[in-house]
Amino acid sequence: MDIIVCIKQVPDTAEIKINPETNTLMREGVPSIINPFDLHALEAAVRIKEDVGARVTALTMGPPQAESSLREAISMGADDAVLLSDRAFAGSDTWATSYALAGAIRKLGADIVFCGKQAIDGDTAQVGPETAEFLDIPHVSYVRRIEWIRDGAVRVQRLMDEGYDVVESPLPVLLTVVKELNQPRMPSLKGKIAAKKAQVRIMGKADIGADEDSLGLKGSPTKVKSIFAPGTKTGRMMIEGGPEEQVDILIKELRKIKCL
Amino acid sequence: MDYFLDEEQLMIRDLARQIAEEKIMPVRAELDEREEFPWDIMNALAQSDFFGLYIPGEYGGLGKGGFELSIAIEELSRACLGVSTSYAANALGTYPILLFGSEEQKKKYLPDIASGRRLVAFALTEANAGSDAAGVQTTARPDGDEYVLNGTKQWITNGGEAEIYTVIAITDRAKGARGASAFIVEKGTPGFTFGKKENKMGIRASSTRELIFEDCRIPKENLIGRQGMGFIVAMKTLDKSRTGVGAQGVGVAQGAFEAAVSFAKERRQFGAPVISFQAVQHMLADMAAQIEAARALVYSVARYIDSGAKDVSKESAMAKLFATDVAMKVTVDAVQVMGGSGYMREYPVEKMMRDAKILQIYEGTNQIQRNIIGQSLIKESAKKRQGG
Ligand SMILES: Cc1cc2nc3c(=O)[nH]c(=O)nc-3n(C[C@H](O)[C@H](O)[C@H](O)COP(=O)(O)OP(=O)(O)OC[C@H]3O[C@@H](n4cnc5c(N)ncnc54)[C@H](O)[C@@H]3O)c2cc1C
Ligand SMILES: Cc1cc2nc3c(=O)[nH]c(=O)nc-3n(C[C@H](O)[C@H](O)[C@H](O)COP(=O)(O)OP(=O)(O)OC[C@H]3O[C@@H](n4cnc5c(N)ncnc54)[C@H](O)[C@@H]3O)c2cc1C
Repeated sequence: MDIIVCIKQVPDTAEIKINPETNTLMREGVPSIINPFDLHALEAAVRIKEDVGARVTALTMGPPQAESSLREAISMGADDAVLLSDRAFAGSDTWATSYALAGAIRKLGADIVFCGKQAIDGDTAQVGPETAEFLDIPHVSYVRRIEWIRDGAVRVQRLMDEGYDVVESPLPVLLTVVKELNQPRMPSLKGKIAAKKAQVRIMGKADIGADEDSLGLKGSPTKVKSIFAPGTKTGRMMIEGGPEEQVDILIKELRKIKCL
Repeated sequence: MDYFLDEEQLMIRDLARQIAEEKIMPVRAELDEREEFPWDIMNALAQSDFFGLYIPGEYGGLGKGGFELSIAIEELSRACLGVSTSYAANALGTYPILLFGSEEQKKKYLPDIASGRRLVAFALTEANAGSDAAGVQTTARPDGDEYVLNGTKQWITNGGEAEIYTVIAITDRAKGARGASAFIVEKGTPGFTFGKKENKMGIRASSTRELIFEDCRIPKENLIGRQGMGFIVAMKTLDKSRTGVGAQGVGVAQGAFEAAVSFAKERRQFGAPVISFQAVQHMLADMAAQIEAARALVYSVARYIDSGAKDVSKESAMAKLFATDVAMKVTVDAVQVMGGSGYMREYPVEKMMRDAKILQIYEGTNQIQRNIIGQSLIKESAKKRQGG
């Protein structure tokens, strides 16, 4: 069985700041991590490999430095890594991203494609389902449990607001996963050593036989009108005095704004 | 200090540290309180290949040495000695097979040990055989194709949890020091049972139990090395593993020191952080210097042993003795620096102080380490005199 896990390298949003002038993310100097949901996707793939045998390929589209997240994926059990990288991909919205990912997946071939539920930076949750549409294969989103895989089919549980659905699908299928699915493992020492030595395959627009007009900014129908950070109400007050005095003032102030 | 670790050694250190911080620190107080064996953490260490660190590649390990093992033990000990004891006892139990086992024994046991599928324990101590290992009373009587074991081992780390035991027993009492032999005994062998789990001062996450042998029959091929080599197997095993106990000392001291420094920076008395008082600074300075000296010694000895040096009893005894005395002193001082808070369970240092004490006792008390060093000194000076 061949499994592809789509991983996205994202800025560690716990550490990120917004540029107040352009209202865009300030990525400089912010550590990059694998999108947390994608770690659950990778763990699911590696467990299938351990249970029934499979070849697990980690796939990311991004700039050359995204290679580090592919090596990390190998240290956690992926067998191969493919970096989809080309200047022509720059400025892709979710449509163009999915188009390119689908092109690579078609070339590589897969019985199961795993994606995270959503990326913690872009947050759209569109790339998984869109990629499945481009591939013309079924998808199940928000997978919280894989019940079984056999005879060219899979049965999974899809997380819903109240409870879950049980869904069966033929293979190939694309699954997007939620955190409830599993607990991602730590890297292993053998994996880390392998990751250091591993060859990361690089694919560009020619390798996926892409239509130039569907790539990057040109292929992105999304037009951003404006980006802004919603204003936050600020205001603070430093309370002075001994502990008892401070408590009295605090209580008075909280009463004033009807919090008490 | 930079000890010029190579790339893979840094990888080992960093991953061990990550496991320590993410998996061990959040649960160590609870494991201690409940005296719970840390299976989740053992499984995480297994999945990350730590059990195979020092086992050759052909048996599924990483083929590293005692130095890399020490680095891993140090990092785990910085978080919790109970966990690191459970981990390190595997190496103690495995060395007899690694050093003296037959090819068949290695093929049969080492892959499972390297993968962490089966834990290991080493059983020498008995009620009447502590420092004086020659007092072993457990017997292994040859009987056809088998040995029949009778007797009780006491205070065996990983007892009950481990599935593979390396056991020292008397095969021929008349032969004295040449009368003991080492055996592999698997959990589940009829006649092999466990006593109750001990209730301990420290390292409470580790399990310590009696092993009880009542007409326990094991096949002849479970003899490690030759009959009569039991004490040699035991002594060479301890020579090899003692630096690991030293590394535990370095780790727990480092953990206590870090807690003390960060507390002393925050805690204010007389209008200033207590770290600004020179008397406190001097304590911290002594702690830092002692830890660095201990680390330098442990690393040097581990590298010396890995170089293939023949007689390492003196050096490994020094590493164990010095680093574990440092651990005791530093953990006591860490509690002192933190005052009443240091004495409270909300902070990790009271546990570290309780835990550290075992390091001066097991794998040969520190008095016995001094004896070993002393005997080496006598031997060396005798040799010198002979040489002229
Ligand atoms: C108009 C527009 C312009 C943009 N321009 C740029 C730009 O110039 N530069 C830029 O960096 N970003 C740009 N983006 C952001 C980029 O489109 C999205 O980050 C990307 O399409 C993924 O969408 P998402 O983050 O919402 O992912 P989601 O749809 O939330 O992600 C779901 C899952 O899809 C998979 N996935 C998502 N992205 C990738 C990937 N790249 N490789 C592998 N798997 C993936 C992962 O498994 C992930 O968990 C732009 C977005 C828009 C709307
Ligand atoms: C938590 C724990 C885990 C253990 N795990 C294991 C294990 O996995 N496997 C195993 O085989 N054993 C294990 N042991 C046993 C441990 O190695 C012994 O406790 C240790 O060797 C000391 O023996 P003893 O306790 O009988 O002390 P004793 O030998 O009774 O010593 C009592 C005191 O006398 C001193 N003393 C004794 N002889 C001399 C001498 N000749 N010169 C100077 N001083 C001397 C000692 O230093 C000590 O201070 C464990 C013990 C504990 C407490």
